[in-house]
Amino acid sequence: MSHQGVVAACSDVVTMIDRSVRLARRNVDTLFVSLLLPLLMMALFVYVFGGAINTGTEYVNYVVPGILLLTTGYGASSTAMVVADDMHNGMIDRLRSLPIHSFAVLTGHVVASVARNATSTAIVIVASLAMGFRPNGGVVDWLAAIGLLLLYVVALSWLAAGLGVIAKSVESASALSFFMLFLPYLSSAFVQPETMPSWLRPISEHQPITPVIETVRSLLIGTPMENNGRVALAWCCGLLLFSVVLATSLYRRRSNR
Amino acid sequence: MIVKATGLRKSYGATEVLTGVDLSVAEGSVLALLGPNGAGKTTTVRILTTLTRPDSGTATIAGYDVLREPARVRGVISLTGQYAAVDENQTGRENLVMVGRLMHLGRRTARRRTTELLEQFGLTDAMGRHVKTYSGGMRRKLDLAMSLIARPRVIFLDEPTTGLDPASRFAMWDAIAELVRDGTTILLTTQYLEEADRLADRIVLLDHGRIVASGTADALKTQIGGERIELRFTDEVQLLKAAGVLNGVVDQLVLNVPSDGTAAHLHQVLDVLRDNGLMPERVSSHRPTLDDVFLALTA
Repeated sequence: MSHQGVVAACSDVVTMIDRSVRLARRNVDTLFVSLLLPLLMMALFVYVFGGAINTGTEYVNYVVPGILLLTTGYGASSTAMVVADDMHNGMIDRLRSLPIHSFAVLTGHVVASVARNATSTAIVIVASLAMGFRPNGGVVDWLAAIGLLLLYVVALSWLAAGLGVIAKSVESASALSFFMLFLPYLSSAFVQPETMPSWLRPISEHQPITPVIETVRSLLIGTPMENNGRVALAWCCGLLLFSVVLATSLYRRRSNR
Repeated sequence: MIVKATGLRKSYGATEVLTGVDLSVAEGSVLALLGPNGAGKTTTVRILTTLTRPDSGTATIAGYDVLREPARVRGVISLTGQYAAVDENQTGRENLVMVGRLMHLGRRTARRRTTELLEQFGLTDAMGRHVKTYSGGMRRKLDLAMSLIARPRVIFLDEPTTGLDPASRFAMWDAIAELVRDGTTILLTTQYLEEADRLADRIVLLDHGRIVASGTADALKTQIGGERIELRFTDEVQLLKAAGVLNGVVDQLVLNVPSDGTAAHLHQVLDVLRDNGLMPERVSSHRPTLDDVFLALTA
């Protein structure tokens, strides 16, 4: 790509980010739910289920990292719906008939998704402190945890964008992204995998969410790290690479219909 | 020829949508692709605007190959699709500036063109409102304005007035006529014969993925013959008697008699009927319309 081409591509990305963020901000229902639902979930787990679950620590300290992952999963899944809406309301034909790189359109949505998720994650962290979450990690631990969560959100948002491109409708995008919401429940987010039946335990221990949660837990409340950090990074980078390739190539393939 | 397509074919599974379409549009002229639903109009437009790849065939826009140089093609065209491609949750102004920026107009130029186009399409008062509050006609106007922001050399309009009320349709026709005066090349699709007749220099009739006729509106009309006199009777007995004494074609209770359109011929026909004691309920003179052409060629 020539120098001029790079400048144009960057300008396209900025314009599309501007658009997606503006649309996300104005989609009040989705914004409201994606900010509020994680708070309700946290309150539910801390105050309702928490008393009955024994994790050997204060339950709020155990569950907050899981809630953070649940929050980002929820936020990313609404991105699938936004992208699917774009693909089916006619706007996509206009965007595709413009001399811009296909990467720009999806990047706009992903950045908006990350921004929305970062906001809701920040709100959840503040609220969790009010509910008694007492992390003991230092500044470096926090930065590492935030960095990992961001990487996870970016990867998940690209995956959601890919699902949005595949989906035949907004409803099916919502259905396809369901597993993003469901996967945390099968992880170490809310209960320790050791308490699960033996057939379920390997699934729980070897799915991407558990190492990410365990890493965040280790960084914030000082549980043993073991090799979770490396596994979590590998999962996130792998997922990111896979999702970017999937989403952009599917997006381009739609021109062959 | 600023638009040139040769042998375009496209199938979806076992369904052949285009079975070898050739098209050419001269710079500064208007071509209408006319056909019923499912004739292949939209597929043709999608291929020419780089949105769909043909199974075979070639097409160039302003000399650029749609398959090999899609980015260059996109730089000189604009597409206004069947459904207004506008962001509901952006204002009219934001939509326009966004497309201007994506066409790589500078920030200032994008803003200036936005102001001009809002003015031209009478949307200045509504520019700060979210598009979801716009009427169908306003959306189409905004959609067209977005297509014009970077002064494209070729404009594709896919059924630009489908679903609009008559007033909005006339407004859209005026807007298109203005583009034509400015010398823009336009390829539009329509299922309204009146629209093609009114806007286009040349008409291509498409049916079941192939071209069944092409030419000017007048040429197409003469292709299926001249004027006729329609004689409507109240009963079949009279109708058949009349058919026995006049040279015509029966269609339900109507006898169609070919005519040269002169008063003398009409007089002669009525004289023959009177001499045989026949009295049609109604008499009308009929000039062929594009509808007739259409029905004659696609039946």
